Amino acid sequence: MRTAFIEELCELAATDKKVFLLCGDLGFSVLEVFADRFPDRFMNVGISEQNMIQVASGLALEGYNVFVYSIGNFPTLRCMEQIRYDVCYHNLNVTIVAVGAGYAYGPLGVSHHTTEDIAMMRSIPNMLVAAPGDPWEAKLITRYFVQNPGPGYMRVNKAGELAVHSTCGLGAIEPGSLLPIKEGVGTAVVSTGAILDLIVSQLDAKGLRYGVFSCPFISRLDSDGLMGVLKRYNQVITVEEHQLSGGFGSFFLEEINRLHVAGLIDEFPLVRRVGIPDIFQGFAGTQDFLREKAGIRI
Amino acid sequence: MRSIDLARSVRMKALELCFTKKASHIGGAFSIADVLAVLYSEVMKIDCDKPSNINRDRLFYSKGHACTALYAVLDEVGFFKDLNLMEEFTSNGSFFTSHVNHRLPGVELSTGSLGHALGVSCGVAVAAKRQNREYQVYTIVSDGELDEGSNWEAILFASHHKLDNLTLVVDYNKIQSFGRVEDILQLEPLVDKFEAFGWDCLEVDGHDHHAISKALIHRGKVRVKPTVLIAHTIKGKGVSFMENNLLWHYKSPSEEEYVAAKAELEARL
Repeated sequence: MRTAFIEELCELAATDKKVFLLCGDLGFSVLEVFADRFPDRFMNVGISEQNMIQVASGLALEGYNVFVYSIGNFPTLRCMEQIRYDVCYHNLNVTIVAVGAGYAYGPLGVSHHTTEDIAMMRSIPNMLVAAPGDPWEAKLITRYFVQNPGPGYMRVNKAGELAVHSTCGLGAIEPGSLLPIKEGVGTAVVSTGAILDLIVSQLDAKGLRYGVFSCPFISRLDSDGLMGVLKRYNQVITVEEHQLSGGFGSFFLEEINRLHVAGLIDEFPLVRRVGIPDIFQGFAGTQDFLREKAGIRI
Repeated sequence: MRSIDLARSVRMKALELCFTKKASHIGGAFSIADVLAVLYSEVMKIDCDKPSNINRDRLFYSKGHACTALYAVLDEVGFFKDLNLMEEFTSNGSFFTSHVNHRLPGVELSTGSLGHALGVSCGVAVAAKRQNREYQVYTIVSDGELDEGSNWEAILFASHHKLDNLTLVVDYNKIQSFGRVEDILQLEPLVDKFEAFGWDCLEVDGHDHHAISKALIHRGKVRVKPTVLIAHTIKGKGVSFMENNLLWHYKSPSEEEYVAAKAELEARL
């Protein structure tokens, strides 16, 4: 996913001279392709995330379309207030890209487990939150953020993810869309982020004929799309590699509740949320091990 | 307007705002009034009719709590012609919040949370260099907010990137929220710190307009470093019973105090 991001950013930066990339001394062997091609629009600000977001804000005030790249909690939780006040209150063109979503850096320990970022980021006004489900989504969401102004946050896994959408011929992704992966009966599984591939394979292994959707933006859910899903399915399972409190499942429940209160859906569907049950996992483990240990399974 | 006259108007207006709207931070507004007056009357290239002019000099006012001084100076030099500062300040629905708000003309950045504006200024200064623009970036911080680590990240950054288009002014009035800076978190030796971080460092009496102006305008022509002006100031400067008194970080003047303060400011005419 990180490769899909940087390749797309390079391609767009070739024609969009406003694209600027900052990193906080992370991104070795990933960002060089951009730094070498566009040295006048790249800067490593050092290991100083508060300042990185502030510098990004200053550049954005002067017209740049700034992308900020770092690992998980560092460009998010570490500098939360800079994101809130400098980027989001001023509604600036700053997109934060965090690599290592969920347990992607599993063995590195809790410092690198990015498991509360969705809750934090989606609580800030003006912030558009995205979690691509595969490299295709990462590429198209990058394009969306380059082409549309305003604050953004994209959490990406790392490297080597399978292309779930390889045969779908995705053209563009708009915020709020529910991307169909497979049709099914009774239950709709709605997933955000890179857990998508694992969920599809778990369903196949169990022979469950559930419908599957990827929901790459955790903001501005499209009401018509959601109503369409709820017409066809009477149960929903949300899946995320993130803690349950305040995350994607909470977001989805709030959206269903919004429709229900507005009288747009007749029945409130049964919703089961799959995610991390608000715990730290202080032991070492691969991403798959920690996902399983947290109970992220259908 | 001469800077000395502007400073007096700024103090009068700040006093009136704090009195009529029961606002705080008059002490910090008075300590920076002279620096602001010099910047806006003699130093900065600005046009109040074109607040977004790309070539304007930028001022980033990090001590957003001392809003009355910035609002007063912007009002005096004409940025608020379509607004009524005295009436709208802190009123329901107005953008005149009591920490400065970028939704007002002439205010570059909303502040109030300390330790933000210097880093943002660095980004703006980098943008000027990358875009070959001539404007200058001025940033005003309070002494107490130098406790914030984010400022020192920015101080490192500005020096490393040779941001010679950036000038930082420290309003060094020696008093922060709970007492004296030296008792709460010592900044000294402050000059040595800035010099060690690679900045050109100047010290001035922050109420001596000639000295402030000279330092801001005539600092070395060939520069390769960011400049910091450490302005030694007096909290509450201009009104005897407010000077060097922590209470005026918080208190808004009573009617008697307002009358007495006004009389003192007028007596200095």
